[in-house]
Order: sequence, then structure tokens, then C-alpha cells
Amino acid sequence: MTSTTLLFLVIGLGLVAWFFGRLKAASLQSRGPNSRSVLHSLPNYHGWYVALWAIVPAAIFMTVWSFVSPALITDAALTSPAAAQLPTDGFARAAILSEARAIAYGNQVNAFNPLSQSMVEPYREAIAYYQMIGAIAALLMVFACGAYAWLRIKPDLRARTKIERVTMLLLLLASLIAIITTVGIFLSLVFETARFFSMVSPIDFLFGTEWNPKAVAGPRGETGFGAIPLFWGTVFIGAIIAMIVAIPLGLMSAIYLTQYAPAKFRSWMKPILEVLAGVPTVVYGYFAALTVAPALRDFAVSIGISNASSESALAAGVVMGIMIIPFVSSMADDSIAAVPSAMRDGSLAMGATQSETIKKVLIPAALPGVVGGVLLAVSRAIGETMIVVMAAGLAANMTANPFSSVTTVTTQIVQLLTGDQEFDSPKTLAAFALGLVLFIVTLLLNLIALRVVKKYREAYE
Amino acid sequence: MNEDQKILEPSESVTMTDSAPTGITNESGTPKMTARNVDVFYGDKQAINDVSIDVNMDAVTAFIGPSGCGKSTFLRCMNRMNDTIPIARVTGEIKLEGEDIYASRMDVVQLRARVGMVFQKPNPFPKSIYDNIAYGPRIHGLATGKEDLDEIVESSLQRAGLWGEVKDRLQDSGTALSGGQQQRLCIARAIAVDPEVILMDEPCSALDPIATAKIEELIHELRGKYAIVIVTHNMQQAARVSQKTAFFHLGTLVEYGETTDIFTNPREEKTRDYITGRYG
Repeated sequence: MTSTTLLFLVIGLGLVAWFFGRLKAASLQSRGPNSRSVLHSLPNYHGWYVALWAIVPAAIFMTVWSFVSPALITDAALTSPAAAQLPTDGFARAAILSEARAIAYGNQVNAFNPLSQSMVEPYREAIAYYQMIGAIAALLMVFACGAYAWLRIKPDLRARTKIERVTMLLLLLASLIAIITTVGIFLSLVFETARFFSMVSPIDFLFGTEWNPKAVAGPRGETGFGAIPLFWGTVFIGAIIAMIVAIPLGLMSAIYLTQYAPAKFRSWMKPILEVLAGVPTVVYGYFAALTVAPALRDFAVSIGISNASSESALAAGVVMGIMIIPFVSSMADDSIAAVPSAMRDGSLAMGATQSETIKKVLIPAALPGVVGGVLLAVSRAIGETMIVVMAAGLAANMTANPFSSVTTVTTQIVQLLTGDQEFDSPKTLAAFALGLVLFIVTLLLNLIALRVVKKYREAYE
Repeated sequence: MNEDQKILEPSESVTMTDSAPTGITNESGTPKMTARNVDVFYGDKQAINDVSIDVNMDAVTAFIGPSGCGKSTFLRCMNRMNDTIPIARVTGEIKLEGEDIYASRMDVVQLRARVGMVFQKPNPFPKSIYDNIAYGPRIHGLATGKEDLDEIVESSLQRAGLWGEVKDRLQDSGTALSGGQQQRLCIARAIAVDPEVILMDEPCSALDPIATAKIEELIHELRGKYAIVIVTHNMQQAARVSQKTAFFHLGTLVEYGETTDIFTNPREEKTRDYITGRYG
């Protein structure tokens, strides 16, 4: 019996358990004095109580068993007579064993090594044996635990409270998964980065100005891992050019939508703007690479900048700015709408015009929220990958000329991790160091932004 | 409504010759603002029904009435603050010194500089005390220089009775003041543009009794310098601060007259019921 079949069987038995639990509880049900139910909980909760007792312990056992059994299976297979012919060399031995195991499980058809073929049969036997043990144990647990819970059903059993607690645990688990995964990613970044820094000095990495990882040869004395040009490129595109585009346009569209637009127009416009935030970035990417970049180069050439590149910081930055507009606009919209209308009325009642009111009262009052929104937008922009991969170029230039090609942290991570990966060479490990820097910077930006926004919210509530 | 008009008719024939109902015009002084046959609609719903009233320079006028009777709505018509509500529509005629404020050539900005407003909840701008007061003079270009502006700020705060409390911390935020101080700051802010009329929409409803007493004292002192209209829920307050009182009910003006008459000898039964606390 495979583990999938077993799982369905257990769940099926759980449903049966639910039915019997409910049945027993319903049979105990009667109306006491004051027409109060004698059952503490509704029959349904008793059903769930029995079903959970039947399924959960068995499921936990099956999970543990799936980790433990491979080792037991290998041990059992090694006791077979065929195992005596295996080479003692660790590497060759492991290769043969894994091949035999793959054939035994049916993942592979033919053996590359004839020795493996001889091991297949012992493996098959061991697998069948341990699968049966696992299945029998799991089913026994279903019946034992289900029966235990079923016997405990009494009118005063607090089944509802217990189910409530299980639900809470389930939700807690769901919320922890995202956090645990993030922590795991962060730790893996930290470990790989530590390996990278054992080969390349952190000072050279963080403050070096020459980026040329492909040229690196020897395991020691590496150069060409100076990441400053990448940091500059990232800031230049994501925090300078993109924000020069996104902040004024986003802010102005938010002001128009909150202050001037008729309700009907606003009810159309706001969702459309928010849909823009959902356009896949790769679409913006080829828009940047195929439309904006050539147009900008032609423009640059026409005004006499002869060395304009076809992949320019400006093209990537402008398109990224456009991508960020809905984001800035929506944050600014929220903060302007959060300014109490009494403030606006106060200004209008002084005889201020609408634009004076916006300029002198609404924007200053909404500023912290807007700043928070812009910081979040920056953190999105510097982590953005597709647009810069497609439009910004690969040359690690340190230049303030927007028409020249620059490269960013994310672009280089893509470059370093596509193609051959060698996890013992600094070339591949550099990607993790870059990723860690990006992770920390965006994390800090988000933290600051959320704090700013929160503080501001408190001021008006 | 028919009943009201019947009751009004006899006295009207004695004192009045034009269409305005009794007690609406003032026997003493020229009216600063006059309203004739004003209707206000929010969408399809009529909030104000045929209100005519005169507001005088030398008297404080109180609008009283139960919640939802339209007194605040009517007040907000007097400086066109209802313009900020898209579905609001005003018909009839409101004049400021003979000029129709709803005429197309009337500049709302100038109107609001002449007819200032103080709101129910103190709403200082999140700026310094100084900048709060200087806000109006700056946007209307009233000050010729820094010293002039300083002088406007000082005199406005003095007239609002706040100067002594804040003169050493003019650069502190206006929102850091206490509720009563904030409301006096808002009054000072309204005074700073030298308006002719000040509309107060329940200015004390968010304040404690001591702060309320200070505002009422301030209203006494401002009387005569500005035409003051105050909307209030608090009938004792109306009796204390006003010389004229208008009683609104369900969007209509039921009775308007000398405050002493309204409170001691109302002509209308509805007014009597309201001030004796039978409803509202």
C-alpha cells in the first residue's frame, strides 16, 4: 500500500469516525429542565472531536515514519547476501545504493551499474515490509485513538472548547509558516554569505569599486568583487530616477483623485490604477527594453550625446517609476484621505482656495504617511528585477549619466545564478552576499516606513 | 406648517409690510446679513424649508433647536460651506450687506474672508500657533511685512484672550494646546482676517465647563465688533450669550426674536415645549 492510498484511507476513516461521534452525541441529546440541552457541545463538535482524534495522531505517525523508514529500509537491504559484494568505498557504495533504491521505487527503469541490479530485489522486499508495518501501525492508531475519543463522548465533554483550541493551533501554524520560511531563507543567505566572506574580504566587497566576477581565477587573492558600482546602479535607477518619475506623478494623481475628481470618476479611476499595480513586471520589462530604451537613445543622439547606450539607466528607471506610480498614489491617497475633513473645512472657511488648502494644510498633514509610502516604494523598486534585467544592462559603470548603461544588484544576482553554479566558488556565492545586502536594506526601509506610517496614524486617532 | 403661518399672520399685519414673516427683521440697526425664503436640499431630501432671517451687527444671534433641525445646515449656507458637499443645493436669497452671496459673480474666497467660521470640534492646523493665526492673513495678503504680521498675530490672540497663555511659545504646535485653548486659537484664527461676521457651529460642545465659560466671555467681548451667529444645543448658553434667538424645528424657522422674549414669553407653543424641555 503506497503512502498516498494510506493517507486517503486514514482521511476516509476519519469521516467515518466523525459520523459515529456525531451519532453517539445525538443519541445522548435530550432536553433537560428549562429546556436546556444536556450536551455541553453540539453533536457536530463531538463528531469533529472523534474525527480529529482518529486522523491527527495517525498523520503525525505517518510523517515521522516517512523520515525514519528510509534508514530502516537501507539497513534491512544491507543485511541481504547481495550486499556483501558492494564496494567498501563510500562514494561508489552510496551511488549504487541510491540507484537501486530508485529502481525499487519505480523512478528509474534500468540500472547503469550491474551491481545495483542485484540490490534492487532486497530493496523491494525491505520497502514492502516497512510500508506494511507503517500502514498497519497507522490504521491501528486510527482505530485506537478514534475508539478512545468515541468512548469519551459524554454529555459534559467540552468538545466545543477543544475543537476551538485545535482551530486556533491550526491558524497559528499557518501564520508561522511564512515567518519560519523567511527566517530560513535569511539563515541560508547568512551561511552562504559567511562562506563567501571567507574567500573575499567583506571590506573589498562592500567598498570595492571594481565589479568583474567572471575574471576571477584563483581561490585566493580574488579581486573584482567590489559591489559599489552595483549599489550605485541600484540606487540610481530605483531610488533616484524611478522616484523622480513616481513621486510627483503619484502624488498629483492622488491629490486629483481625493480632492477634485467627481465621485463617479474616482470610483472608476482608483480600481484601474490599482490594477496597474498587478501588471506582471516582465511586461514592463519588455516595454522598457523594446520601446522606451531605443526611443531614449535616439533622443539622446539627436541632442548630441553620442555615447548613449541602447540599454540605459534612464529607460529602466523611467519604466520602473511608472510601475511604482499606482503604489505611491494609493499610499498618498490613503494618507490624504486620513487627514480629518475638519482640517480641510477649517482652511476653506478661512477663505483659502482649494489648491491653497491642499498645499498648505493637507499635504503637510499627510506628509508622514506619504513619506512612509515613498520608502515602501523605494524598497520595492530596489528589489525589482525584471525591468532592470531587460533594460538596464550588465556593465558595472559608476556614472551619473542617465543615458549610459548601469547594472544593479538584482541583475547581477540573476547573472551569477543562471548557467553553471559552483557552490564552492566565490562567483556563485557572491550572489548570496548581494542577496543578503538587498534583504537587509529592504527590511530596514520597510521597518522605517511602517514606523513612520504608524506614528502618523496615531496622531489622528 | 400651515398652523404656524396662521399664528404668524396677525402680528405680521401689524409690524410688517413686505413678505418677511414677523420678528425676522430687526427694528434696531441695519441688518448685516439677510436671508429670504432659503431652501436647502441634500439630494432629494429637503433640509431647510423657506427660512427668512436677518442677522444684526450689534447683537449675538443664537440658533437653537433639536438635533437635525437644520440649524447647522443653515449656518453653513451663510458662508457657502455647503459648497463642499456635492449633493447640497441652496435656493432662495442670502445677502451680505445687500450683496447676494449665491450670485455667480460672488467670489467664495472673499466671502469666507468676510464671513468667518468656528467649528464644533477645535480644528487647529498641525502647524505652530503663530502659523495658525498667520494662515489667513498670508493667503489673503493682509500683512505688508514681517512686523505687520507679528502685530496681526498678537492682536488676534489678544482679542481671543489667548495671548497671555501662549506668548512665550508661539512656535509650539497648535495641536499641543488644551481643547479650550485650541478653540480660542480657532477663534483668533478667524479674527485674524478681520471678518465682518463670525459663524460659530456649537463651539463649546467639545469643551469642559471652564473652557466653555471662557469662550462665552470671549463672545461677550467680541459682540459689536463682529456680527456673531452661534449654533448651540445648550439653551442656557443661548440665554447667556445671545441677544437674539432663532428656534428651528424640522428645517423651518419657528420663531425669531429677542432672547429674553423667547425664553420668558415665547409666542409659539413649539418653542415653549422645547425650552421647557418637553422634547428635543
